[in-house]
Amino acid sequence: MSMRGPKRHLLIPIDPYTLSKGAERVKAALDKALALSNLTDTVRVVETGTVGHHEHGVLLIVYPDGVVYGDVTVDNIPQIVREHLQENRVVEGLVVRDVRIGPFDTRARRVEKQVRLVLRNVGLIDPESIEDYIAHEGYEAAARALTSLSPEQVLETVKASGIQGRGGAGFPTGVKWSFAAREKAPQKYIVCNADEGEPGTFKDRLILEGDPHSVLEGMLLAGYAVGATKGYVYIRGEYRMSIARMRKAIDQARSKGLLGRNILGSGFDFDVEVREGAGAYICGEETALLESMEGKRGEPRNKPPFPPQAGLWGMPTVVNNVETLANIPLIVKNGASWYRQFGTPTCPGTKVFTLVGNIVSPGLIEVPMGITLREVIFDIGHGIPRGRGFLFAQTGGTTGGILAAGELDVPMAYDTLRQVGSGLGSGALLVVDDSNCVVDLVQNFVEFFNHESCGKCTLCREGTGRLLEILHRLTSGQGDPRDIDLIRRLSVNMKRAAFCGLGQAAPTPILGALQRFEEIFREHAESHTCRAGVCRMRAEVAA
Amino acid sequence: MAVSEDAIQGSGAEPRASLIELLKRMQETHGCLSQEVLTKVAAETGLPLSKIYGVATFYTLLTTRPKGRYRIFFCKNAPCHVRGARRVLEAIVEYLGVQPGETTPDGLFTLELTSCLGLCAVAPAMMVGDDVYGNLTPQKAMAILEDYRTRERNEHAWS
Repeated sequence: MSMRGPKRHLLIPIDPYTLSKGAERVKAALDKALALSNLTDTVRVVETGTVGHHEHGVLLIVYPDGVVYGDVTVDNIPQIVREHLQENRVVEGLVVRDVRIGPFDTRARRVEKQVRLVLRNVGLIDPESIEDYIAHEGYEAAARALTSLSPEQVLETVKASGIQGRGGAGFPTGVKWSFAAREKAPQKYIVCNADEGEPGTFKDRLILEGDPHSVLEGMLLAGYAVGATKGYVYIRGEYRMSIARMRKAIDQARSKGLLGRNILGSGFDFDVEVREGAGAYICGEETALLESMEGKRGEPRNKPPFPPQAGLWGMPTVVNNVETLANIPLIVKNGASWYRQFGTPTCPGTKVFTLVGNIVSPGLIEVPMGITLREVIFDIGHGIPRGRGFLFAQTGGTTGGILAAGELDVPMAYDTLRQVGSGLGSGALLVVDDSNCVVDLVQNFVEFFNHESCGKCTLCREGTGRLLEILHRLTSGQGDPRDIDLIRRLSVNMKRAAFCGLGQAAPTPILGALQRFEEIFREHAESHTCRAGVCRMRAEVAA
Repeated sequence: MAVSEDAIQGSGAEPRASLIELLKRMQETHGCLSQEVLTKVAAETGLPLSKIYGVATFYTLLTTRPKGRYRIFFCKNAPCHVRGARRVLEAIVEYLGVQPGETTPDGLFTLELTSCLGLCAVAPAMMVGDDVYGNLTPQKAMAILEDYRTRERNEHAWS
């Protein structure tokens, strides 16, 4: 078979980590070396999104060979070009073995347990090329839906797939869509919530930056299913690269007739715009996000009415998370029963997690629902560094619950985690080793909530401030035995009566920690000691 | 200072939509959203000054006070915290001689605490302007800031 065009592709994953390790300099050196060796016609250099492994520095993936080089520096480039590209000899010393991108073979445990559906293209394709996305079966689902399926059929497929929203709450996506679909209104909207601000979470950023078209295609399908003709991607203002990539993807889709009027001759119109956030965690709450999109302070709205009935400018609006939308094209293309083979019967599909904290291999992973915490931490994340012990894990970001050592075998899914007072939340998984103090960490969580409370309701505005005062007393050796009860009562009241999700979820890690580590709180309150030696007790100084 | 009324009022059902983006642009031009800037925005858009002020003070990326030449965004959320962010922050505070929220007397740095930058895999992390730094230690952080200072001094020496 004769081959036209490049014989090899060199993939360089570009993300904040690799950039901080000099990925741009490596790429420039590579371009130069290829030109000098007259290889520019047969080798194409592709900047891709992240592959989720952040312990190997700058990666260089040779495709189709399936060789992954790690910790690549400018100095390695001449050797790689000469030996691998010219003489077809792999530079063994630079190869890393536990990175998997797309279809490549792998031998490591870390990757065996992963199932990459949402991340299918991330790290493999050039996110700035719609042709690359199309070459990987992109927009096939949209084409099929628009030409041979009715909106009801698309909606039914998503409903039957059982997918639950990946932004945190886990509400069934198809059900949400059906609320909007049944509304009669002159205008409906699809809003992609990309205001990712949960500490420890960066999965949406890496999906947006690695495969923006999959999100756009998901929005297009959502619009078709519910009868919306306009979409917005509300992206966190700090995510400069996500914003630029998404804007580019929209332009490309428009120029190919995949957005705009009469898409693929189907008579269906749909267009998308980017809106930038300006730095406010609360704007991830869907009604606060809508307020912000209307140019106001991002304060949550009273519900009901829910956004599918009355959302942006009072019109029916579906707000979906980035990861949810990136799943949609696969579900529509392959069908609900295909999707249900992944995950658990009550919680189908995969989940993208960011693995952070005291963990050997931090980064981005995608695993089937139902995997245990133990497998994620010890098999995929390679355990806890420096020989320390496991103290607890927090699932779902700072608003998530606390799981202690006895709960390592709980399956990770919406329903099973809910039973132990936790949740999947936004997909952040924080691992904490035993050099840390649980009271100090709870104080850290509360500092975050106190800063990010929008101030609209008293329980959250004043409650987080009071909690912070009490916790500060405990961590500075001025605690009182009554403080434990105060924390508990305040937390329970906030959970019950705060206006929105932020204030209601803020107590989750506090109550979870108190339930599992009450004796540590008591030590701080009663004997003014911190067994981890983290809190600087005044009593100790005096003693 | 030109503020297009259309930019904010939009058309039909979507008034005010781009107020936040407009304020961002004004901040880029003027450095911060001072009282003078906000008053002009109010006059030219017809929106109440109180509403505009409410928006300008709500969002972290908008500021009504002037900032240093380099804004240091330091993350102290839990993922950075469990990997030693506190010691790094203490070192920075001591090195700069200012508390979070303050600007150094030479106007070079403003130290700001930020919510998660999404750089948790290389925690502890910070941004200086648009530059990202990870795996920080107290020594590394100080060396980075010293670098900016040196560069600044050299630029002045040549100008």
